[in-house]
Formats: sequence, C-alpha cells, structure tokens
Amino acid sequence: MSYIQLELTDLAVAALLVLLNAGLSIALQLKLERQLVIATLRMIVQLLLVGLVLTTLFALVSPFWTGCAALAMVLFAGREIMARQERRLAGFWAYGVGTGCMLIAASLVTIFALTTPVQPEPWYNPRYALPLLGMILGNTMTGISLGLHTLTSSLVRDRVAVEARLTLGATRREAMLPVTRSALRSALMPIVNAMAATGLVALPGMMTGQILAGVEPAEAVKYQILIMFLIAGGTGLGATAAVLAGGLRLSDRRHRLRLDRLAPPRG
Amino acid sequence: MSGSRMLAVERLRSPLLEPVSFELAAGECLPVSGPSGSGKTMLLRALADLDPNRGDVRLDGQARDAMPAPAWRRKVTYLPAEAGWWAETVGAHFADWPAAEPAVVALGLPAECRDWPISRLSTGERQRLALVRALVQKPRVLLLDEPTSGLDSAARTVVEEMISACLAAGAAALWITHDDEQARRLAGRRLTVEQGRVSEAPL
Repeated sequence: MSYIQLELTDLAVAALLVLLNAGLSIALQLKLERQLVIATLRMIVQLLLVGLVLTTLFALVSPFWTGCAALAMVLFAGREIMARQERRLAGFWAYGVGTGCMLIAASLVTIFALTTPVQPEPWYNPRYALPLLGMILGNTMTGISLGLHTLTSSLVRDRVAVEARLTLGATRREAMLPVTRSALRSALMPIVNAMAATGLVALPGMMTGQILAGVEPAEAVKYQILIMFLIAGGTGLGATAAVLAGGLRLSDRRHRLRLDRLAPPRG
Repeated sequence: MSGSRMLAVERLRSPLLEPVSFELAAGECLPVSGPSGSGKTMLLRALADLDPNRGDVRLDGQARDAMPAPAWRRKVTYLPAEAGWWAETVGAHFADWPAAEPAVVALGLPAECRDWPISRLSTGERQRLALVRALVQKPRVLLLDEPTSGLDSAARTVVEEMISACLAAGAAALWITHDDEQARRLAGRRLTVEQGRVSEAPL
C-alpha cells in the first residue's frame, strides 16, 4: 500500500478555493463571508482535535477510553435527533427515546461487526471500532429522527382518525398501525435509496478514502458492501425500536391516545 | 341486569371535570346541554375512557376498570361531532358491510356508497355513516355528540327514529344537544354542564 502524504503547503494552496468563495460573497454581496470564515475555522479546529483524540486513543487501545469516546458520540447524536423533531415528546423522553434506541441499535451492530466479520485484535481496537460506530451512528441517527418525526407529526395530523378506531373498540396497536407503518417507511427510505444509488450516482466516502489510501478497488468495494449492510441493520433496528417506544409513550394502558405527552409546538 | 341502573356513574372526574354522579336506565335517553366549551364533550370522552379520568363507572354492575378499554368502548361507544376516517373508501370502515347496508339505505344513502371515496362525502353524509358504523356494533350505551347538527329536518327525524329503536331494544344514550325542542322530545330530565360542573335538572 502506498499513498501520497500531504504537506501543510498543499493544504494552504487548497485553502485558496475557500478564499475564492469569500471573494465571491463579497463581490456579489451574499453576506456569507463571516459565516464562511467561522465555518472554515471550526472545521479546521474540530478536525485537528479529532485527529489528536484519535491518535491518543489508537495509541492507548484501552477499552475504557474507547468506550468513553463511543458514548460521547452517541450522546451528541442523540441531541441531534432531538433537535430535528418538530413535535417533541415532553420532558426527558424527548432525548431519552431517540438516544436510548440509538445506543442499543448502534452498539449491537458495531459489536456484531467487530466480533464477526471484521475481527480486529483486540476486538475493541479503536482504529476499527470508532470509524465503524461513526458510520453506523450517522445513518441510524437519520433513520430514528425521520421515524420519530413522522410518528409524532402524523399522530397530531390524524388524531381524529386514530381516535375513531379507538372509540369503536380497536386496541392502541391496531389504531396506530397506519401511522406506525408510515413512520417506519420514512425511516427506512433513505437507506433503501442510498443502497440503490451507491456506485452510480456517488462513490461512498469510505470506499473513496480507502482507494486514495492505496487499497485495491475490489477490496474497498467489499468493505463498502459490509458497511452498507451494517448501516441497514442499525437503521432498521434503531428506527423500529424508537417508533414502537414513541408509540407506546403516546398512548397508555387504557388504550388512549396521549398527545398531551407531546411538548407544545415550538415557535 | 336491567331496570333502574344500567349505567352507574359515581364521582367521575378529570382535570377539566368536577366530580359527577348519575345513573342511566336501559331504554333511557339523557340530553346533555350547556354553553360551548363547558365540558360536555369532556364528560362523554371521560365516560368512554378516552381521556385520563377517575371515578367508578359500571355497566350492568360490571366495573369499567375490570375490563379492557377496547371491550368497554365497544359497549359504551362515543360518537364524536366530527367523525374520523382512516381508510380510502366508505366500505373499508365497516367490518361487516352487509349488516350495515340496511341502516345506510334507511338514512338516505345509496348502497353503492360502499365504494365511494371518503373525500366525496358531505358533512351530513359522514355524520350519518359514522352513526351506522357505531350502531352496527350494538353498543349498550351511546354517547352522542350532536349527532344531528349537520342534518336537515327530514334526515334528523330518521336519525332520531333510528336511535329511538336502539333505546327500545334496551340501549341507553347520553345526547349532547343545543336544541331544547329536541331535548324535550327525547326525555323528561337532562344534564347541564357549566365550566366543568355537571348538574341534573328536570325539563
């Protein structure tokens, strides 16, 4: 394997492209230059820090510190799920349902990947564990937020229809089934579409990265296929758990629809 | 068990409803009136156990909390002022269309309406179909939220007759109405609701 190392000067030259954007913003009065500069600086600082953290973690190969990093990633992703909800569950549940389901789904699938197909030495080796978790987490997060978003907004929209079935003696599971179905469909559509479009429309980032790092394309492709399977599994598992848990929270044991357990709409 | 107390309600209450107790006999219809927003709908929803509530409610001596909520709602059925529809066509909302068809026809809709999309129905047609949808399950107690508000006088008469037939067959009803004339036609006493407080008065 051989790859071309980048020097600082190489980066400086490439940074001219961002400066070009800034010039464009000033010339056309887009008023984006301030945001552009801040975003660029954030990107540089955040990535340098991640590089530093990863270097340390890779040197330590400690189960404890790897676990801490993994947990921090899950907690950040959980906050992102909550931020994407138009109608949140009230109280702790707004954060708890999405984060809990993602924690379970992502850790199950990552541990499965580390112990069965990939098998690094030791199995929790952060060089494998953290990038795998990151990719699974990013997609599971999207699936869970879409699923919960569809669940809560459809229940609010279709409240009268759901309650009509309840008044006629349907169980909460029967009454909410159409909403549950559409929530799960919208959670799974992105991964279905991504699998269908991969390779034709876009080369996946991980595969591209491996090819740039000198891996044979055929090998990189095998890894990418594995990742897609893992992502599909994590998304399905996480979204199903989150939509079912959300549905249970928005109803009760007397089969009532409990939209009073949603936080008031924002804005 | 029939006679004086088919439905017995004791200290039924919710955050929006002050404690209320009353009894309803088989064949009886009890009109419920009061200004809008006073809690009439809340009272009926609490009886059907659709909102969190407390209190002792019994049907033929059987405690509500001792049976699963879906079984209770099949016996004590709430008919909202605006009915909900969850499928595309009329027929998909009926588990047993042949059983419902005579009542649908009696209420002035053609039998072919089974295949009509819900979006084609007028408010009055929806109201009548929702009534049939509830009645085919043969509930013991009907909780009616202005079942005739969108209907012309001919349709109103048919609906009243149809509900009277259910009462004659041993059901009971609570009936929200703003129409004093209608209330007098239906019964000799009524419940009035004001700011969540329910009281009983002779007509």
